[in-house]
Amino acid sequence: MKNKENNYNIVEMSGVSVRHKGCTAIDNITLNIRKGSLLALIGPNGAGKTTLLNLINGFSGATSGTVKVFGRKINKKTSGELRKRIGYISQEAVNAPRAPVSVYEAVSIGRIGKRGLLRKLKEEDHNAIKKAIHSVGLGGFESRPVGSLSGGERQKTAIARALSQQPDIMLMDEPTSSLDLKSVREIINIVDEIYREYNITVIYVTHILQHIPPSCGRAVMLKNGRIIWSGKHRGSYSEKLIIELYDLPETTLTGGDEIPFSDKSICKYV
Amino acid sequence: MFDILSYGFMRRAALASVLGGASCGIVGVWVIMLGIPFVGVAMAHAAFAGALLGLLIGVDPVLSGFLFCLLSASLIGPVADRGDFEPNLSTGIIFSIVLGLAFLFMGLIEGPKAEAMRYIWGSILTVRQTDINLLALTAAAIGSFLLIFFKEILAVLYDRRTARAAGVPDKAIFYLILFLCGATVTLNLNTVGGILIFSLVISPPAAAYQLTYSLKKMHLISAAFGVISCLLGLGFSYAFNLPSGAMIIIISGLIFIISLVFSPKRRKVYVRT
Repeated sequence: MKNKENNYNIVEMSGVSVRHKGCTAIDNITLNIRKGSLLALIGPNGAGKTTLLNLINGFSGATSGTVKVFGRKINKKTSGELRKRIGYISQEAVNAPRAPVSVYEAVSIGRIGKRGLLRKLKEEDHNAIKKAIHSVGLGGFESRPVGSLSGGERQKTAIARALSQQPDIMLMDEPTSSLDLKSVREIINIVDEIYREYNITVIYVTHILQHIPPSCGRAVMLKNGRIIWSGKHRGSYSEKLIIELYDLPETTLTGGDEIPFSDKSICKYV
Repeated sequence: MFDILSYGFMRRAALASVLGGASCGIVGVWVIMLGIPFVGVAMAHAAFAGALLGLLIGVDPVLSGFLFCLLSASLIGPVADRGDFEPNLSTGIIFSIVLGLAFLFMGLIEGPKAEAMRYIWGSILTVRQTDINLLALTAAAIGSFLLIFFKEILAVLYDRRTARAAGVPDKAIFYLILFLCGATVTLNLNTVGGILIFSLVISPPAAAYQLTYSLKKMHLISAAFGVISCLLGLGFSYAFNLPSGAMIIIISGLIFIISLVFSPKRRKVYVRT
């Protein structure tokens, strides 16, 4: 069961900016993420959502400001070690890999880094791999080549791989964006179940409001590298906020209704 | 049939075939799975240019070829890592520069160019004991690297970013792969030559890929195809007095075509559930 004593910030960002090739991808962001929370990062394409995730797992560095994960500054020296406690699912996870690798082997990658160089995987590693595969509903698929799977199944393989790491933080970069409706619903349910069952902090990036898992406690809206709204995740958001977030023409939404995406509406939309 | 092995040069050639064929087969799997086949081409030509420079200035061509190859690898690796532009583009630039250098050095070599031509076409029948020793050393290094770091290699070949995210030192593994690729290519200049070595690195793993869904088996099959290509090529070359390098490449190409035609991947269908 979930540990309720999660009262410290597992991720701390202070005055963070990222500039790349003359563009500002992240502009002076200060953001703290509480341990054990499920945070949704929402925003249009190019808002800086992926860059923010890359800062947390040390894939890229901040031009200014500090990023602390587990209370430690993340940089070139510390990122390799800290990443072993961070599960990461990239946008490309749905693509077929070039290498002929089975589902079991792909999921085992999560344990390879954790175990370290020159160390064989032990029984506890294999148990973690099997448990992760079953947690995402891929039992029976162990020997299947990842290349023969559907996009949704590959996404589940990626989640299992990150889960096998037994991470403290799970970074999910638009895990549903290129899937069909059935797979979207499955992935949302898996994320929700994982979050409820394990004591993992989940940072879930999406640009589709209806794809936010129901357990999400807090949402942060990003636009042009800045936080434009942050607060408790709600069943609906105002039309004004959505229009501002996505730069929609005023006439797109009519009637002043709130945009709903509660549990029921997910079933309706997905 | 085995009378040909009574000659010392044929025994050395057969040994070079086994060691070189297996090495090329294994590094070929890495090159193909990383999606950097042109890195192999650029490194082969860098080694070729280096060998010609060695001949020109009186340094051991194997040593100068190896240094050139490493130099190109040390440029290709970081450029590919920075990702500012398509890695194949930077590889293409390096390829054209080293090819230009090779022609320049070729032009500067005075007198008969038979020795230089050997590094273009290769001549497995003239390999020396020193070459065999170096080939054995490289093959042992490749085999050890594969056995000791197989799980890390699997992670990097699956996806470098995924491997890095899981805490696998992908950069070190990637650079070691480039280094071993360079060493293999350089030391096999004698067997099939600078122009054709690329085919021996690409064809065996491409053929193996048609026959298996397992990365482990792919390494074994590719190494076996590399050895078979070299031995059969050598045999045909001896029997019909044909150029050995060309025969090795033609055999490896034929193995690929046969594997493509009889690939079980075209028959086995996974039913989605």
